[in-house]
Amino acid sequence: MSRIQKAFTYLALSIWSLIAIFPIWTLIINSFKPQKEIFSNPFGLPQNFTLEGYKAVWLKGNFGTYFLNTIYVTVISLALIVFFGSLAAYALAKWHSKTSTALYVFFIAGLMIPIRLGTIDLVRIMQMLSLQDTIWSLIPVYVAMGMPISIFILTAFVNTLPKEMFDATKVDGASEWRVYLQIVVPLLRPAIATVAIFNMMKIWNDFWFPLVFIRAEKSRTIALGVSLLFGQYRTDWTRALSTLSLAAIPILLLYILLSREFIKGLTAGAIKG
Amino acid sequence: MAQRIKKFYQEQGIWILFILPALLVYLAFMAAPLFDSMRLSFYTGKGYTPTEFVGFQNYIDLFTNPIWRERFLGALKNTAIFFAIHMTVQNSLGLFFANLLSAEFKGRNFFRTVIFAPATLSVLVTGFLWTLILNPHWGAINQTLKAIGLDTWAKPWLGDKNLALPTISLTSVWQWVGMPTVLFLAGLLGISDEILEAARVDGASNWHIFWKIKLPLIKPVIGVVAILTFVDNFNAFDVIYAMAGAKGEPGYSTDLLATFFYRTGIAGEHPIGIPNMGMGAAIATITFVILMTGVLLWLYSSRANEDVA
Repeated sequence: MSRIQKAFTYLALSIWSLIAIFPIWTLIINSFKPQKEIFSNPFGLPQNFTLEGYKAVWLKGNFGTYFLNTIYVTVISLALIVFFGSLAAYALAKWHSKTSTALYVFFIAGLMIPIRLGTIDLVRIMQMLSLQDTIWSLIPVYVAMGMPISIFILTAFVNTLPKEMFDATKVDGASEWRVYLQIVVPLLRPAIATVAIFNMMKIWNDFWFPLVFIRAEKSRTIALGVSLLFGQYRTDWTRALSTLSLAAIPILLLYILLSREFIKGLTAGAIKG
Repeated sequence: MAQRIKKFYQEQGIWILFILPALLVYLAFMAAPLFDSMRLSFYTGKGYTPTEFVGFQNYIDLFTNPIWRERFLGALKNTAIFFAIHMTVQNSLGLFFANLLSAEFKGRNFFRTVIFAPATLSVLVTGFLWTLILNPHWGAINQTLKAIGLDTWAKPWLGDKNLALPTISLTSVWQWVGMPTVLFLAGLLGISDEILEAARVDGASNWHIFWKIKLPLIKPVIGVVAILTFVDNFNAFDVIYAMAGAKGEPGYSTDLLATFFYRTGIAGEHPIGIPNMGMGAAIATITFVILMTGVLLWLYSSRANEDVA
């Protein structure tokens, strides 16, 4: 690169980086300021440091419940997605027949179809199953939503594994179930990480299904809780910003720690595993 | 007979058992609801059980009945604009950043990480955050504009009918630009150095190399980015809900297909507050048809390209 090119590259990327970081920075520093200071000193570090906003959100706002609900929903959904997805992917990669090809195509078709379009019927289903207003209404929907991408990534990954690996164990009389557990799952680990991150972000940040299925205080997720608290605190900026920070900080920390895996996970599907 | 069943089980049955859990949950909570929503679009009735069969009446109403027509066509137009802004601004920026990042220099990973960071936040959180930043009173944006002497540029960004939709689209671009950046970057890094070296030896300028060599070579990636942008944005809801409410304020100027769908089929329109599920299902079905048309066109054209190559 010539000097001018280098200078241009740094300049352009630095300007956008500032634009990308600035709102997040303003969010976090201002959540530690009292209302007055947010207006008088919007960009500087807090001079009258306060945790009032966080206290209010956590104690009066039931944020702890929302947080736990979101963790339950995410963890249970992810466990089922990874288990069902890897089991099916192994079978679809190994079983060569017209049926398996048709099933694979059927799963993959879901990649391009947003599950939200079936919401009207899902609302009826949840009513029928009496699951509305509970976190259990979210889990089956998220697991279904996660199947196409998981099967797509995991099947592609199983196909890259050398065939001899499975055949050799077959001779030893190992059942397919044991092959799956003892050989396939450990080998799939990197692809499973990608699948898990992709789905984790979708589920953790989902607002649509909680909005549609859930009203009860005890079943709210972070996204739903944030939207209600934000409406309530519209004029109290310290609390409004604390609410948003509480929702954003855990994911941001995780991203800073695992940025490579996050980028890979979130763009999965477009770039294979 | 027993032997045949046993043989079938040994050869295929085990695979069916492996696929069954995934298939059942996918069928029951994704495929079936999608198809049943289509069926419901031919019915009308209040509440959770639209029972009266009306044929294509919901569709006819959407396109011709003045009560529905204005809102529906408005939402369709706004969705197209919302998509077009992402397609042009977000993806050109992404391509630009990717091209810069594809060179080797110090801090490359840092910039990539920073550009991608907003994409990890929840859309709802960024939407609310930007309403505060764009707030006309505190409004960091307006304060900054005033501070640098551009007072006349300080506008009620979300309160103006003509500005609200482009403003919201651009905040969404801000959040998602990391996606095309990373996808294009992967495409550009996949181009072999030999080709680029050969072009340089021949005296081709960087500009020329970008347009005549790199761009044609990453055509498949451009296709993938385009189709992802299309599917994601024809379905956008959260950012509008956060920044403009379920009614796409001001005056429905930011109403998208998804917010229209939500009000009609799920929340119920004020003042009645009873959802019209049949009509909601019709809106969802139209969205589905639009998405499928786009996806099939993309599949068809990318296959045609492969045949040529």
